Amino acid sequence: MMRSLMIAVICVAAVLGLALAFPWLKLPLILGLCYGLAALGIVVLLRAGQISFGHAMYACIAGYVVAFLGQRYPWLDGLLLIAAGTVASVLASMLIGAFVVRYREIFFGMLNLALSMVLFTVLGKFYNLTGGTDGLRINRPELLGFQLERAPFELSLLVLVLAISLLVIFGVQRFFESSGGQALAAIKTNETRLEYLGISARKVLWKGYVLSASLCGLSGSLFGLSQGLVTPEMGYWLRSGEFVFIAILGGAGHAIGAFVGALLYEFLKMYAAALVSGSWQLVLGVILIVIIYFLPKGLTGLLRKRKAAIGGGL
Amino acid sequence: MTALLQTQNLTLAFGGLVVANGIDFSLDEGERLAVIGQNGAGKTTFINICTGLLKPNEGSVRFAGDDITGHSPRSIVRRGMARSFQLPQLFLEHSVRECLQLAAVARQANLSSWKRLVSSSPDQEIDRMLDLISLRDRQHELCINLPEGQRKLLDVGMSLMLNPRLLILDEPTSGVSTEEKHGVMEILMRALDEQKVTAIFVEHDVDIVKRYATRVAAWINGAIAADGSPASVLADPTVKREVLGI
Repeated sequence: MMRSLMIAVICVAAVLGLALAFPWLKLPLILGLCYGLAALGIVVLLRAGQISFGHAMYACIAGYVVAFLGQRYPWLDGLLLIAAGTVASVLASMLIGAFVVRYREIFFGMLNLALSMVLFTVLGKFYNLTGGTDGLRINRPELLGFQLERAPFELSLLVLVLAISLLVIFGVQRFFESSGGQALAAIKTNETRLEYLGISARKVLWKGYVLSASLCGLSGSLFGLSQGLVTPEMGYWLRSGEFVFIAILGGAGHAIGAFVGALLYEFLKMYAAALVSGSWQLVLGVILIVIIYFLPKGLTGLLRKRKAAIGGGL
Repeated sequence: MTALLQTQNLTLAFGGLVVANGIDFSLDEGERLAVIGQNGAGKTTFINICTGLLKPNEGSVRFAGDDITGHSPRSIVRRGMARSFQLPQLFLEHSVRECLQLAAVARQANLSSWKRLVSSSPDQEIDRMLDLISLRDRQHELCINLPEGQRKLLDVGMSLMLNPRLLILDEPTSGVSTEEKHGVMEILMRALDEQKVTAIFVEHDVDIVKRYATRVAAWINGAIAADGSPASVLADPTVKREVLGI
């Protein structure tokens, strides 16, 4: 416990130190952490042996709810907007999840993809309501009653995202170690046995699905606020693919993996785009191949190997 | 006294192939029934119908007096009927201990999203079961690394963690080497005795049937051809010819 606390303090100090030393880093750090939250949602499903290529739709739903509410009720506090966006994605996932958890593996993945593309198309077509492909602007809201200028707003948002991320890492890791989390992981290897223990695999997966979507929703709310804009691109399948990429990069062994993967991804993307502007995707592709080949359990797998070598457990 | 398990006119056909042909069967508490028969005789189909994996075309299954025909496996398990499988059904990426812990939590219908698995399950009970199935020294091993015999034992151990009234074992010694078979059965029977569980086991090995069963039912073409004491059933000419091949 003390060790985890120490690591958390070091991480917070490092992120805040970087942001204060290099103010231009604030936004990439916020985006990296937002991606981490969403990728952790994918990790929840990966632990059950399932993958979704459409979970960006929950980030998108949350982002649009933040935008709608922010435009209609400009006096609403940023924290309330974040909560409202997340709740919307939870409600949507409860409904969609009841349907998609009947399917497994590629069917599960493709159904999520299909539903996300339906949302993408609807958002693009209903121009009067959604702003079409231009999206909707989100005016900078008050944070805890304070109306802040851009720079302090971004710093406050970074602190908020960081605090939320730490709580989420702790909570989700705790869930992974709980009986419910272990039952979710058991779906990956033997659903039949789970049923013959008297546990409903579908119900367990549904709960995991809702948790997963809520993390993506939380990410979408924060992402929308930090960007000040939501567009249908937020729910496009490529965005879902990015979440999957990060989840694989970080690994499913520990909740922190998604955030390590996300920050690495954000900086890789930034530097790859700067160094080889026309083919940065190629760099990411090569890295993904290398990770899958040499580190099939992602970066947290590497950490576990190291722990095992020195006789400890993660 | 109400029979623990009773089937009436249990019938199931896949197209033209009749796999359960009007089976009338009854099992009392405390019995240890061996089900024998050639491959394809309908033994596993019978088990699958009783445990909710298949639904019969006709007939009924009653457990402890309650009609459980067509109920889901989950609902049947919760009523006290557990099963193990011909191919052990384990959580391969979990450790031996975690598998038993999950079974213990499942019995208590106590899945939590917060409380750690390790603190949700009763340690003493897990230790006792590990001793009973002789897997204490491998408790932290991942199931994927266990040999077949130990997988079978763990499969049964997980079912026993549910404290069932009836345990159905589908070929508990298949895939286990000849030298290990009796060892596995000894451990299983000791565990069943200790937990006072009524048992049905599908078995091909006549020595094991003779040694561990109190009653034998022989299946031929989806129906029970002979049912009674091991000595009488194994001496039945039809059973000898059609089932034992002697």
